[in-house]
Amino acid sequence: MNAKGTAYKYGDNVDTDVIIPARYLAIQDREELATHCMEDIDKDFVNKISKGDIVVAGKNFGCGSSREHAPLVIKVSGVSCVIAETFARIFFRNAINIGLPIIECKEASEKIDDKDEVEIDFDSGIIYNRTKNEKYKGQPFPEFMQKIIKAEGLINYINEKSE
Amino acid sequence: MSKPMTMTQKILAAHAGLPYVEAGQLIEADLDLVLGNDITSPVAITEMKKMKENSVFDKDKIALVMDHFAPNKDIKSAENCKCVREFACKHEISNYYDVGEMGIEHALLPEKGLTVAGDAVIGADSHTCTYGALGAFSTGVGSTDMAAGMVTGKAWFKVPSAIKFNITGKPSKWVSGKDVILHIIGMIGVDGALYKSMEFTGDGIKYLTMDDRFTIANMAIEAGGKNGIFPVDELTIEYMKEHSKRDYKIYEADEDAVYDEEYTIDLSELKSTVAFPHLPENTHTVDEIEEPVYIEQSVIGSCTNGRIDDLRIAAKVFEGRHVKKGVRCIVLPATQSIYLKAIEEGLIKTFIEAGAIVSTPTCGPCLGGHMGILASGEKCVSTTNRNFVGRMGAIDSEIYLASPAVAAASAVKGYICTPDSL
Repeated sequence: MNAKGTAYKYGDNVDTDVIIPARYLAIQDREELATHCMEDIDKDFVNKISKGDIVVAGKNFGCGSSREHAPLVIKVSGVSCVIAETFARIFFRNAINIGLPIIECKEASEKIDDKDEVEIDFDSGIIYNRTKNEKYKGQPFPEFMQKIIKAEGLINYINEKSE
Repeated sequence: MSKPMTMTQKILAAHAGLPYVEAGQLIEADLDLVLGNDITSPVAITEMKKMKENSVFDKDKIALVMDHFAPNKDIKSAENCKCVREFACKHEISNYYDVGEMGIEHALLPEKGLTVAGDAVIGADSHTCTYGALGAFSTGVGSTDMAAGMVTGKAWFKVPSAIKFNITGKPSKWVSGKDVILHIIGMIGVDGALYKSMEFTGDGIKYLTMDDRFTIANMAIEAGGKNGIFPVDELTIEYMKEHSKRDYKIYEADEDAVYDEEYTIDLSELKSTVAFPHLPENTHTVDEIEEPVYIEQSVIGSCTNGRIDDLRIAAKVFEGRHVKKGVRCIVLPATQSIYLKAIEEGLIKTFIEAGAIVSTPTCGPCLGGHMGILASGEKCVSTTNRNFVGRMGAIDSEIYLASPAVAAASAVKGYICTPDSL
């Protein structure tokens, strides 16, 4: 499984309130919700993201609320993977549970610049920076979590397990 | 010979049916309670409908609380509550709390006796970690975990390592649980306890009321923690006996349990503390503030600080005083029972005579929902838990997190201060 796209870079502690502000949380339609993705940190986000693009951030990405709307709007926006030095734990769970690929890698988080072309091999955890011709070793997921991601989320995983 | 475990690890081992667990291990644990609110439950209900097996595992072990945008602030939030109400009715959920019975979930559940020491609880709300004050393992999850939990009664966890906070000394007059946790977050940072348990221990805990402990455990998530947990003492047992008919189980950390880090917090040295925008780690003690921070609003309430002790402290500050002209002070008792007690004790009269308003229980302004949204450039001192960009309204508004004592005193003076300066 691979992801490939243009990287868009953000800083440390990107919280779920800026990823999807609470004023939109009553919206149930996921496409409509996603039009507000990252609105309070980057008003232009939804216009510049193309399908497959990659979000790169620093420490503690997704801190704050447990709202699953946060990884969901990122996924629905077309982002193929979020790379961060670390993720807040509820965001980490939620991303896996809804099938949004994420990967922790300090080196990639530091060295990838805005608009670099990036490719990720999820099986090996290797992140290729095609613009800078560099590669970084990310933390591959334990087998259990890979199974959930491959099933595209926890619900499918549980359904498959019950078969 | 058995290997040592932390308090959290012992609770998780017991719920996973294992004699021993260690940090990093992936386990599946049985749950004593699964919680959701009016924002997260509709998403969970949608996910649950996709499951092949989609009946609830135990109708008595699910709690659904309509608190965030309730009483409904608009049509969409009304539709969300309706969706949850219909679900609760269909599945005969015994702990469904709507307007009239509801309160802010993390004040309500302990008050209703739904969580006790030794429990393993998940909630689709990040502040579910509050019940650690009772000696339970409780942690926030998302809606999909909630859906899976409602059906299977189980959740997967990575067993956390822990940080130990040794609490010593006795706090001075206006120092409360909020100052303790803000001090800790300021010290270790908003990711200082990432993926970890925050285990509190030490002689000083006896000086912390249950409400102080709820406040401290509540904000463990603001340091990135998986959970915050207190040992069970006489005060905890008294609280549980008053509120719950359920059996509790006391777990204690082994003396030789391994911790990643250890800190000592001397309560006698703490001062009133405020977190400046836009992160809870940006803490300053009030006496360090050089330029006065003038405010337009003061919020006293939330799952962090809307309990009876919080209201008593605020009322004591307001007694015989008045909110500064130009400041809007909003008091939100966290539950109906707290509200009623505040009426009986005359606290509500004090608030209204002081020029504050009193709202029905709701999360409301804390997450920028309703009942006190900020305009651009406005500053608010608030007893809530997050001061992120745009959290309470306009993206250039500012939130200063503080204790009820500081929020009340600041409302009187019009700038951030402690009651000592009144």
